[in-house]
Amino acid sequence: MMIKKDQLQTTDEIFETRRGFLKKLWIGLGIVALLEIAGTIAAYLWPGNRKADAEPVGRIITAGPADDFEKDSVTAFRRGQFYLVRLADGGFMALSRKCTHLGCTVPWVASEKKFICPCHSSVFDVSGAVVQSPAPRPLDMFAVMIENGIVKVGTGKKTKRSGFDSSQVVYL
Amino acid sequence: MATTPPKIKKKSFIYHIHPPVIPENTLKFTHTWGFGGSALVLVLMQIVTGTLLLFSYSPTPEAAYPSIMTLQQVILFGRLIRNLHHWGGHFLVLIVFFHMLRVFFTGAYNSRRKVNWWIGLGLFLCVLTANFTGYLLPLDQLSYWAITICTGMFDYIPLIGTGIQKIILGGTEIGKATLSNFFAIHVALVPACLTILMPFHFWQIRKAKGVIYPGPVDTPGGNEISKVPSVPHLVTREAAMALAVIAAVFLFSVLFNAPLADSANPGLSPNPTRAPWYFSGLQELLQHFHPSVAVFVIPFVIVCGLICLPYLNFDKEVGGVWFLSQAGRKIGIISAVTAFVLAPVMIVLDEFLFKTIKILPDWPPVVTSGLIPVALIMGFVFGFYQIVKQKYGASREEGMQAVFILLLVSFIVLTVTGIWFRGPGMSLVWPWDRLTTQIAWVK
Ligand code: HEM
Ligand code: HEM
Ligand code: FES
Repeated sequence: MMIKKDQLQTTDEIFETRRGFLKKLWIGLGIVALLEIAGTIAAYLWPGNRKADAEPVGRIITAGPADDFEKDSVTAFRRGQFYLVRLADGGFMALSRKCTHLGCTVPWVASEKKFICPCHSSVFDVSGAVVQSPAPRPLDMFAVMIENGIVKVGTGKKTKRSGFDSSQVVYL
Repeated sequence: MATTPPKIKKKSFIYHIHPPVIPENTLKFTHTWGFGGSALVLVLMQIVTGTLLLFSYSPTPEAAYPSIMTLQQVILFGRLIRNLHHWGGHFLVLIVFFHMLRVFFTGAYNSRRKVNWWIGLGLFLCVLTANFTGYLLPLDQLSYWAITICTGMFDYIPLIGTGIQKIILGGTEIGKATLSNFFAIHVALVPACLTILMPFHFWQIRKAKGVIYPGPVDTPGGNEISKVPSVPHLVTREAAMALAVIAAVFLFSVLFNAPLADSANPGLSPNPTRAPWYFSGLQELLQHFHPSVAVFVIPFVIVCGLICLPYLNFDKEVGGVWFLSQAGRKIGIISAVTAFVLAPVMIVLDEFLFKTIKILPDWPPVVTSGLIPVALIMGFVFGFYQIVKQKYGASREEGMQAVFILLLVSFIVLTVTGIWFRGPGMSLVWPWDRLTTQIAWVK
């Protein structure tokens, strides 16, 4: 960066280089300032940072004694926004009620024994697997825990899956 | 007019906006159809009625819906103000779209008008954003679910989609943060952007020496363009158009009430759930293509096409003539008819044939309902371009225009299908059947 004075011919040139340097400095500082402002705004707006946005922390919902749920039945839990499914073999699953297509709430149609989405007619079977598209993947799952015969569901984390397999089912 | 120089009023505030004299030919109504001016009037009306709404609207999930109820049922003229804002917003999308088509088909987007085309695209984005964010504000069943499925679409944009969705919603579901976001964007960010972009837009028109001259400018007679003073010739026409637009919106708002469904219920999706009408073309695409193609690839290509438009065409100035030329008109009609016949046929085929008979059952859906259809469509469009060029001797501009019309008419067919031909469970129905099933369903 050092420029020796005798390398420059005129005072004009000295001023030019100085001015050029100062100009670059200004532009550099300006960019830094803009980045800072952008960063501040982004950090302020980032979801979950504002108090109002804070999502309810992962709750554990106690569904009740396992024996209260008949085999081959589906029970809706409005509070946790999930369905507690007891398959015909007695295994439990907790399925999100949110359609994996575009997010509508999927009702359980008991007469057909299927979840049928009203929005674009995706159909899911009792285990949440896709029977009819457009839904691209089965209904998401919540973790099921059975302690001393009491069924509990952790609504903190949703698990996405690409298909149904028996490891997803929780038994007594 | 050309022989005696026109008498010009010396001083007028108008001269900040319009030049003192303008070419007489540009005044013809069917040249611009007054779409740009109407858009301006509608934006101003939105700002006035929106500000009035602000005095009674409460942007919190608990209070939003009741505040709209109070507005409609208790406050004098409340319903009228809401109707004006509601229908004004919808008219605006339509008018701005027509304005864009006018600019395209008179070739007013190249060379000197390039920058203004881009500003226009920015304005279009503002108008769509305003409508989209406004849609949520009443927080009834219609708005809740329309916004749910529209934001659900972001999930399918690769890599960044889920992040964008989370930022827009301020979480994973529509809630307090979503309403704050939408409200702030609707009443502050969008109006601010419009207020900056619109004067810039108008200044660019002036910089390009007025709207495009109807007919080639580079003809020898170009210098003898007859000119008239803009006061009163232009301003009276503008004022008449403005009054007509205001009258139309008022009439519509007196005759038709803005819809308001039940209060939003996250547990119950209505059947069918629809996107707002200006997005129903997109929603219809989703019925036929793999979601990542429908909400990402196709919109991405269209937006890129619109941005690049000023670069694609015109080595010479051919602007100002509707549809370029006599040949352009003929080819345009051929394209329109082709799309008008083919698009419905494809929709019906896909709905009743390809959905039931899987041609390649073992292939992943990204290929069967994504890559293959896109490749077929691209092949068709390219083939169409070549045929038009060879069989009808179209120039490059006329060929591009033909492709544009092909896509445009297909898009309109998709939109119309989405609005009027989709019944419960999104099955294809006739509009008159749809009405009866809907009534049965409500009961
Ligand atoms: C709020 C939205 C808009 C407003 C208020 C507006 C307003 C106007 C007005 C008043 C004119 C003068 C001539 C006429 O009425 O046609 C004009 C011209 C123009 N507009 Fe817009 N416009 C809007 C959106 C757009 C959009 C979406 C585009 C295109 C993407 C666009 C591109 C242009 C161009 C290129 C011209 C120059 C046309 C020529 O020289 O003949 N504008 N606009
Ligand atoms: C280009 C401009 C604008 C457009 C296209 C637009 C569009 C809309 C739409 C479609 C709605 C939903 C109406 C309904 O279904 O009830 C709405 C609501 C609303 N808008 Fe706007 N708007 C614009 C500008 C503004 C401005 C400038 C303000 C305020 C400063 C504003 C304030 C509101 C408020 C408070 C509501 C909620 C009341 C209601 O839902 O009826 N808008 N807007
Ligand atoms: S949201 Fe369920 S099918 Fe589209």
